[in-house]
Amino acid sequence: MKRFLVFVKKEFLHIFRDVRTMIILFLIPGALILLFGFVVNTDLKNATVSFLDLSRDEMTVKLTDKICSSGFFFRGENLDSYQEIDQALRGNKIKAVIIFEKDFSRKLISDGKATVNIITDGSEPNMATMATNYISAIIADFNSELVTNGTTATLLVQPEVRMFYNPSLKSQHMFVPGVITLIMILICALMTSITITREKEFGTMEALLVSPLKPIQIILGKIVPYFILSFVDVIIILLLSRYVFDLPVKGSIILLLAETMLYILMSLSLGILISSVVNTMQQAIFISLVGMMLPAILLSGFIYPIGNMPKIYDWISAIMPPRYFIIIIKNVMIKGTGFSYIWKETLFLVLFTLFAIVLSIRKFNIRLQ
Amino acid sequence: MRTIYYLIRKEFIQIFRDKFLGRAIFAIPIVQMLILVPAVTFEIKEVRLCIVDKDMTTESRELVGKLVGSTFFKVGHTTFPEREANELLNRDQCDLILQIPAGFGKDIGKGTPTQLMASANAINAMNAQLSWAYLNGVILDYNMNILAREISSRSFSPIPQIEVTNRYWYNELLNYNFYMQPGILGILVLAIGFILAGLNLVKEKEIGTIEQMNVTPVKKYQFILAKIIPFLIIGLIDLALGIAIGILVFNVPFEGSIWLLFLCSTIFLIAVLGLALLISTFSGTQQQFMFTGFFFMIIFILMSGIFTPIESMPVWAQKIDLLNPVVYIMRINRMVMLKGSTFQDIQTEFLALVLYAIATTTLAVNRYRKTA
Amino acid sequence: MKNTVISVRNLVKKFGNFIANDNLTFEVYKGEIFGFLGANGAGKTTAIRILSGLSKPTSGEVIVAGFDARKQPEQIKKNIGYMCQKFSLYEDLTVKENIMLYGGIYGMKKQLIRDRTRSLLERLQFEEYGDRLIAALPLGLKQKLAFSVAVLHEPKIVFLDEPTGGVDPITRRQFWEMIYETAARGITVFVTTHYMDEAEYCDRVSIMNEGKIEALDTPAGLKKQYQAGSIEEVFISIARPGKN
Repeated sequence: MKRFLVFVKKEFLHIFRDVRTMIILFLIPGALILLFGFVVNTDLKNATVSFLDLSRDEMTVKLTDKICSSGFFFRGENLDSYQEIDQALRGNKIKAVIIFEKDFSRKLISDGKATVNIITDGSEPNMATMATNYISAIIADFNSELVTNGTTATLLVQPEVRMFYNPSLKSQHMFVPGVITLIMILICALMTSITITREKEFGTMEALLVSPLKPIQIILGKIVPYFILSFVDVIIILLLSRYVFDLPVKGSIILLLAETMLYILMSLSLGILISSVVNTMQQAIFISLVGMMLPAILLSGFIYPIGNMPKIYDWISAIMPPRYFIIIIKNVMIKGTGFSYIWKETLFLVLFTLFAIVLSIRKFNIRLQ
Repeated sequence: MRTIYYLIRKEFIQIFRDKFLGRAIFAIPIVQMLILVPAVTFEIKEVRLCIVDKDMTTESRELVGKLVGSTFFKVGHTTFPEREANELLNRDQCDLILQIPAGFGKDIGKGTPTQLMASANAINAMNAQLSWAYLNGVILDYNMNILAREISSRSFSPIPQIEVTNRYWYNELLNYNFYMQPGILGILVLAIGFILAGLNLVKEKEIGTIEQMNVTPVKKYQFILAKIIPFLIIGLIDLALGIAIGILVFNVPFEGSIWLLFLCSTIFLIAVLGLALLISTFSGTQQQFMFTGFFFMIIFILMSGIFTPIESMPVWAQKIDLLNPVVYIMRINRMVMLKGSTFQDIQTEFLALVLYAIATTTLAVNRYRKTA
Repeated sequence: MKNTVISVRNLVKKFGNFIANDNLTFEVYKGEIFGFLGANGAGKTTAIRILSGLSKPTSGEVIVAGFDARKQPEQIKKNIGYMCQKFSLYEDLTVKENIMLYGGIYGMKKQLIRDRTRSLLERLQFEEYGDRLIAALPLGLKQKLAFSVAVLHEPKIVFLDEPTGGVDPITRRQFWEMIYETAARGITVFVTTHYMDEAEYCDRVSIMNEGKIEALDTPAGLKKQYQAGSIEEVFISIARPGKN
């Protein structure tokens, strides 16, 4: 045991001596959480739209004003003809064109019907749907004003909504759990796989193996410092989200921290597993980054809800640990639910950790023989 | 020139001697593209709606019928107790709850306004807003029906209504694959080149072979070029494979000039490879390079506009994003492939990449020291 | 008059406050084997790095193969070969690929590289190893190969920084035979070592201690000057002047 502690201490010193890596280890989570908190969000804002107004009458001016003053859209250059649409969209200057047909007001009053045509840039489908939806909603609102202004009638059914868990509709609620999940698995897997592979590549592993330390102690000694560092990282993220974004942990903090430790342990074992199958640091880094980054971003439910994906991805993403941790952290942190809601996900993480450890020990033993 | 040839030859031998990496640089992008591209969609397939109908009248049933009939909502549960509905929300088994209060039908019959209460799981704020907007739409429609019945019984003038029609250009059916495929391809090409080139240089430092190079008359620019070109070629091969997959598997249209796309990608790759080498001249170990590189890469990718719109970022962040090369290539890929944009349309982005490439490679050559 | 290929005058190299090379002055002549003897940390490697253009002197004048080490390091590099204590051929390339690479870098014609490769492998009795990865070779072979590669382009001077570190005595002997052959071809050999017996093989030896050159002469001359039976004794009397 004493020998083991000495070894752990040596590993710690090793890490702390590399000042730059230390800085980055703490900078990455901090910067990313701020990035997502302040910079990246999925709302529609300031999308530039151009108008092709073939009537220029009272009604179209009113509607144009209503759309432009909504805060979602930014008014681009006016277009004069259909021919200009393609050029404007192709140059990527605008996201949508709103076309008012000829004789808009007259048709609306005499026929009771006039048409607005929205053309959006489908090469950015997300932007296109959002813009279409928002413009349609504004026009629907305008429609109901027309009804109530023109007649004495009122709308009888008045719906109201309560936004659960996130009343102010901040996108941080979505991103904070995602960032913790993403960063932890990438950094942990990267760190452990590099540090173990490094010893292998430079031949220092053999020196360790002939020492009185058992292989399991060597591996543990290598991951203990990273376990502690990662845990500190999580705490930094949680503090930032509490004090910068006003996003407190609603449920039990103890439960959250315990689950986080489990997840870190899982990610570290994944790193060990990677290091047991590769020979060089280059390979380890390639697998942990190129191999894992995109799947961890895309198949975890971080930005894209799994429920929206084709059915088969329910199965594919079922083997992605980040998916489960995001559910866990959303439940405990944002919904404030207890362990009974997340035991299945927790169990999966435990199983995955055991699987990774058993598999790497077997690989390791084969190599030693 | 001959010197560069020998250096490049050496890099290629080394890359492909590593059996794992030699295969992975082509296999990983192919596999990831095939798996990841179809997964990603912002389109909400269905909103799981739970209705708590405390009224149970013809009127409330008409509204429920309208919701059941809409393709957007999947009415999974209709329960009576509210508590049960909230539990469903907690367990993530429904996204939206609509409560129809008792007396709803009676109020409508009398012509007095009545309220509906909806509760949404708003952790994903965007989804919540969108489902709420759809619900609102259905309810508005329901309102209009009531009004129309009432008004048409009194007068003959129709209710003036503006109709909305819409079209998505360049991607009529709003196929998300068309959008994600060029994006994911761009990220993969970036990641592979960036990591391999950067690690390659640091590794030579770490194991000391760079010393042997430094006592030869190899010029600094030759050395850096010989580190860029192999990964540039690999990147372009990956790009060609990716485009082929896009066209053959995902039917992504290719409207513009393929040469223009390759020209832009070449410049983009030179820019990011130069940056990778620049970072590695500052790094002593592969580990150091990796963490610095990871930091840059993840910020580049997440701020590239592919996952979330750039327009939604604050203005200061958009300004910082001017330094993000990935933004430009994402835009160019999409514009050239889907919209058939010509050089004229993308010249700003093109110029930005050219400047970027010149800056990073010059700095990398300058920072690389043959003497200590 | 002897033909001077390296001329060093008042060379000083400082790292911060630490003086690694303290006022070195010496000359090396064409075709000789010049030994740099000293304990670890005596400043040998620093000096050899300056001479080969890898590092800049803090002050003093260094002329190698007719070029100034401060202003024209790249010109120097065209005229020298270099092999350092940390083994540095590419481990993941084969023997032939390494030779091809370095030959190409020094601008040798393809045919010439092939001819030299063949004769080199023959001389080392290495033919069957040509297509093996360097990583798979024993250390002694690697060292001999690294030396052969360093003189492949027939440089004017070859710098060897502790070339025989960690090698068995037989290989060491063969290595020195290679050094003699090289010098006989007119290539100046500049070698650092901390093996005293190796110093005996040099034409002239300079003994460094704590950044200074304490003595410089032929091995015989040194032994005579210090009235010692071997260079080792000379070295000990220099390193521990109190005992003398």
